[in-house]
Amino acid sequence: MKHAGHLISAFLFVTLGAQAHAQAPHEVTMMVDHPWARATPGGAKTGAVYLTLMNHGSSADRLLGATTAAADKVEFHNATEENGVARMRQMRSVDVAPGASVAFSPGGMHIMLVGLKQPLKEGQAIALTLNFEKAGKEDVTVPVGKIGAMQYGDADAAAHGAHDHAH
Amino acid sequence: MNRRLRLAIVLAPAFAAAATVAIAAWLGVRPVPQVATSGVAAVGGPFTLVTADGESVSDQTYRGKWLVIFFGYTFCPDACPTALNSISVALEALGSDAGRLQQLFVTVDPERDTPGVLAEYLKSFDSRIVGLTGTQAQIDSVVREYRVYAARDKSDTGGADYLVSHSAYIYLMDPQGRFVNIIQGNASGQEIAVWLRKEMNDSKP
Repeated sequence: MKHAGHLISAFLFVTLGAQAHAQAPHEVTMMVDHPWARATPGGAKTGAVYLTLMNHGSSADRLLGATTAAADKVEFHNATEENGVARMRQMRSVDVAPGASVAFSPGGMHIMLVGLKQPLKEGQAIALTLNFEKAGKEDVTVPVGKIGAMQYGDADAAAHGAHDHAH
Repeated sequence: MNRRLRLAIVLAPAFAAAATVAIAAWLGVRPVPQVATSGVAAVGGPFTLVTADGESVSDQTYRGKWLVIFFGYTFCPDACPTALNSISVALEALGSDAGRLQQLFVTVDPERDTPGVLAEYLKSFDSRIVGLTGTQAQIDSVVREYRVYAARDKSDTGGADYLVSHSAYIYLMDPQGRFVNIIQGNASGQEIAVWLRKEMNDSKP
């Protein structure tokens, strides 16, 4: 029994310790999963980045903004449907509830790169910095997939892809 | 959404006819014989536009071909590349049947989408897709005829970065220029190919 008591103490210590650790201000609680961007058509001034945010913390967090050297500015947009009309709505910030995940994906929310410095080419990667209210700044490397891909590595996409395909 | 919009488009003349009868009855007027509705909704109509190559074209230019029309703009980051890519995939999937079709990408943003901009943009997609632009009045007219919703959003900077909200449907017109059907712009290339083949085979022009 004495042994079991030690085990319980140890368990409590670890649990409480972990909890305290999770609440520490600099703990990384926001996970950025599967970031990717689409290659952009010729001359396009905008691009789209998709990813999933997962809040592993115990309190709500909020994506406040993002920056990249690849574009003049970065905005968050949501494609909504109102009365049969597809509409882009800019979101000033994106809330991520504790334990929840928020997906940016084609046809839904996307991170819009406005004023691209140069076209995004398949196979390259861009650096994106996400700024969260609580989690702070998060640097993300975003690989560039095919034009019109619905997910990264989408084989169905861009059958005719830019000029690098022989037809 | 697809079905609903289609229903709304198809039923609109029926509602209009019913309303006419109701109003006539209310006025105590014996309704004159109704013009029989053909069941073909009034979507589409004559247009004069300019291709990405700078060539002037009209709806008559494409008579004899099934028309696949998508309205969008090159500044659009998400929906338009999706639809144009899916149309490209569909053309590939259709094989020789694609020869019965002509694909048009009509900009709803003629201010930024000049023929040169369209030409450069469309190089990234199937070369059979013809880009069309025109004066604002020409675009307003074709947008109205095809019942496309297009409205410029207020840009926070007031600069050249504005977005245009638009309905993202792909239209199919028959070789006589009559409206056949629409499909959502986010349908996959395979779905579009299957849809096009079915619509072309079902129709007896």
